[in-house]
Amino acid sequence: MSANTNAKLIYMANQIATFFQSQPANEAAQGVATHINKYWESRMRRKLFEHIEHGGEGLNPLVLEAAPKIRKPEAA
Amino acid sequence: MSLVHEINYGTPASKSEKLVTLTIDGQEISVPEGTSIMRAAMEAGIEVPKLCASDMMDAFGSCRLCLVEIEGRAGMPASCTTPVAQGISVSTQTQRLKDVRRGVMELYISDHPLDCLTCAANGDCELQDMAGAVGLRDVRYGYDGSNHVKARNNGEINIQWAPKDESNPYFTFDPAKCIVCSRCVRACEEVQGTFALTISGRGFDSRVSAGMSEDFVSSECVSCGACVQACPTATLTEKSVIEIGQPEHSVVTTCAYCGVGCSFKAEMRGEELVRMVPWKDGQANRGHSCVKGRFAYGYSSHKDRILNPMIRDKISDPWREVTWEEAYAHVASEFRRIQYQYGRDSVGGITSSRCTNEETYLVQKLVRAGFGNNNVDTCARVCHSPTGYGLNQTFGTSAGTQNFDSVEHTDVAIIIGANPTDGHPVFASRLKKRLREGAKLIVIDPRRIDLVRSAHVEASYHLPIKPGTNVAILTALAHVIVTEGLADEAFIRERCDWSEFEDWAAFVAEPYHSPEATEAHTGVAAELVRGAARLYATGGNGAIYYGLGVTEHSQGSTTVMAIANLAMVTGNIGRPGVGVNPLRGQNNVQGSCDMGSFPHELPGYRHISDDATRETFEKLWGVTLNNEPGLRIPNMLDAAVDGTFKGLYIQGEDILQSDPDTKHVAAGLAAMECVVVQDLFLNETANYAHVFLPGSTFLEKDGTFTNAERRINRVRKVMRPKNGYADWEVTQKLAQAMGLDWNYGHPSEIMDEIAATTPTFALVSYDYLDEMGSVQWPCNEKAPLGSPIMHVDGFVRGKGKFIRTEYVATDEKTGPRFPLLLTTGRILSHYNVGAQTRRTDNVVWHPEDRLEIHPHDAEQRGIRDGDWVRLASRSGDTTLRALITDRVAPGVVYTTFHHPTTQANVITTDFSDWATNCPEYKVTAVQVSPSNGPTDWQIDYDEQARQSRRIAGKLEAAE
Repeated sequence: MSANTNAKLIYMANQIATFFQSQPANEAAQGVATHINKYWESRMRRKLFEHIEHGGEGLNPLVLEAAPKIRKPEAA
Repeated sequence: MSLVHEINYGTPASKSEKLVTLTIDGQEISVPEGTSIMRAAMEAGIEVPKLCASDMMDAFGSCRLCLVEIEGRAGMPASCTTPVAQGISVSTQTQRLKDVRRGVMELYISDHPLDCLTCAANGDCELQDMAGAVGLRDVRYGYDGSNHVKARNNGEINIQWAPKDESNPYFTFDPAKCIVCSRCVRACEEVQGTFALTISGRGFDSRVSAGMSEDFVSSECVSCGACVQACPTATLTEKSVIEIGQPEHSVVTTCAYCGVGCSFKAEMRGEELVRMVPWKDGQANRGHSCVKGRFAYGYSSHKDRILNPMIRDKISDPWREVTWEEAYAHVASEFRRIQYQYGRDSVGGITSSRCTNEETYLVQKLVRAGFGNNNVDTCARVCHSPTGYGLNQTFGTSAGTQNFDSVEHTDVAIIIGANPTDGHPVFASRLKKRLREGAKLIVIDPRRIDLVRSAHVEASYHLPIKPGTNVAILTALAHVIVTEGLADEAFIRERCDWSEFEDWAAFVAEPYHSPEATEAHTGVAAELVRGAARLYATGGNGAIYYGLGVTEHSQGSTTVMAIANLAMVTGNIGRPGVGVNPLRGQNNVQGSCDMGSFPHELPGYRHISDDATRETFEKLWGVTLNNEPGLRIPNMLDAAVDGTFKGLYIQGEDILQSDPDTKHVAAGLAAMECVVVQDLFLNETANYAHVFLPGSTFLEKDGTFTNAERRINRVRKVMRPKNGYADWEVTQKLAQAMGLDWNYGHPSEIMDEIAATTPTFALVSYDYLDEMGSVQWPCNEKAPLGSPIMHVDGFVRGKGKFIRTEYVATDEKTGPRFPLLLTTGRILSHYNVGAQTRRTDNVVWHPEDRLEIHPHDAEQRGIRDGDWVRLASRSGDTTLRALITDRVAPGVVYTTFHHPTTQANVITTDFSDWATNCPEYKVTAVQVSPSNGPTDWQIDYDEQARQSRRIAGKLEAAE
């Protein structure tokens, strides 16, 4: 996956986190996770996890908080 | 087959519930109070002669032909202007009436040419019919005296005579045949609401005039055709009728342009389409039309249509015509090869919002059942996907809440991010009618759209926001409603979750959401926002209508939720006149979403991870479905650039022209190994395709479209497909070539499958649609007649959900390099990428895209009106000609995107809605500078397109 696509995924995840950050605090992380589970194809989620495993640079902390609740795709 | 005849009752129906009983020619009849005697007679089966009366317009009483006698009353009143009264006895035919009518007709005919045999209206002329009805046998007056008929009188030039006006490409105006009944003028005022026509002069000098004695095409006329339809003579006649003759049969079908979904009668002679006439029983359009649906169908027989399948190995090769069998076999083997080589998820499909529900359903079925993944998406991705998401979150359904008739009960309309007079013209006419009756209007738009101020319409408030600040302004409106105590607490307590409301109310009440505080982002004066909020909350039935100016933003979904919040907080949901009304772009964008075109959901908006739903389809289709959401269009393109997505089947969508950041789309397509395009024309996307499958038009197939009000309308075949096959047949053959056992014999069988699997469609069938005309989903046992209005007794999701809507500024920001904001939109005469309308005479109105720029910004840059300018953003640059206007605010520029040479999407960025990836078309930071001509990109693109459209053994294609 190119750096460009990775940057896009980070941007998209952060956009989602930005929305849920404004929601009641107890719903925020679950909101991010549910959204990504419902709408992200497994390739995209896999890339997200790879990025998190590499330190998750640039990701909104809410995405990291939501990560355990995001469904992990099977290995490619 | 015969013509579908419609009864002209002469005057509109009365809405009164009180019945009045009277006697007409000895027959007793009961009709609603306020009904005209003319209409009552027609309902009793008695046709009173008439010329100036039409049930599309109010009574006028000018032709003096519809006179009747009423027992005990003096004189002979006009039956069109005389309302019924309890117990009266009316005679429509007496010696006195006969004599007067014959005298009146004699006078009409004395100033009308007697060329009936060669007249275009021969066979469809009300004047001729009335002459017959009153028994006119003689005209005692010759043409020697003053008349409008002869160009020369006794050798002298006749100044009363005027030549034909043929300036409009679709109809002619022949003043010599005019009887000055004013039907055209009234249709323009009352039905269309443009007021382009008038009667100039008085008495015998009276004549119909377009504008200030202009020709039609130079006047304000919008070519909707209402006047042509209203004309009882050959004065206003379709050029197609003049050329071909009168139709011999007609079929009711549905327009294939915008999401209004107008019903038309396709009037035919054999397989030749003579004209399209709006159908009065069409429940979306109620007998009205716009220039596109009424006239712009010529693309269907345009010489650019590709009628044979074509293949090529590389996109740099010329196309090679092949048989259908070769094409299917090639696609099947390529897709199987790609999946074997790169994995099951390396291919996908795009369904079309231009095609029927049945065709869309088949494409998603092919992807899910045939490709074995969920990589299916549709053009709604780039328009109303945030509507689906936002309304589903708040209300529980991914659709608008009302029917179009609802506007007749609206007291305050908010239009945000939509330009209905251009994008949804027939709805605009219905709205304008209501505004002329006194309803109030609030427009929230960066640009001064026509509805802000035009003939007999003026918005109470225009909030000219800076592009990208929708959420800020809507939350500010909510702030005013909540803090000033204008919320409808009873409604909220009954219908919505109270604790969520309290949370939301506390959020919007924060001082930083006040109009005074948000003025800094939105650029709208706080007082205007406060006034608009008070009007919407307290002005009676409040309805919000919105378009892509809401959805196509980084915060598109948040804006939709903010709109839903406003409707809930004011109790404007669940009855006629109110609601949240997304104005859908394409004819079947609602339907394509309903049919499971999104990668995460099956038909009926049921998530792919839902086991019970998957099981329904698995049983029927005999496959195991993948429970993981698939790729959306932008994700497909990203994956293609990354090398994991290699094959795409695109039915009826031109993503290269319509999707944002053209260079990125081109790179994605170029990285694929098999791109299959199914379309009418070699569109822009086909420049990157390896297989081209010819498509068919809406005239050439059976099916259904679902419009913006969830109305399922029949599309009926009126001619054989020029390419040989309807699109659903092509998809079926493709599926068969891939080994799927599909055997649909008719689209009705596909609809039966949809009904059997999708609870909101349970009662829908072609027989039922034929019986009902149309129905609005949900149409099932709970709502057998369909659902004109949703959430009547409660929200579909249970309790309405208030959701906090925090304004987040887009990252697409202006700066020193790109100081202006570009926003985009449509124009009346053209449709989206223009593939259809550019292939009709509609080009006379809009031959090119122009850049609207404020005089201040133009002056600073030394730009004059009509100059070529370079429009540049971070993504790319293009050139087009400037149009200097104060419709846009300083700092904002605007253009349309109908012409491929303009390539407006080279400019737009790949920012997108946080929830749905709907692209942010409506905000791009740009710079504008004088230019000498096309950019290098435009020259290169043009050359690539030209090369790519070569067909072996044929001369170069015209476009």
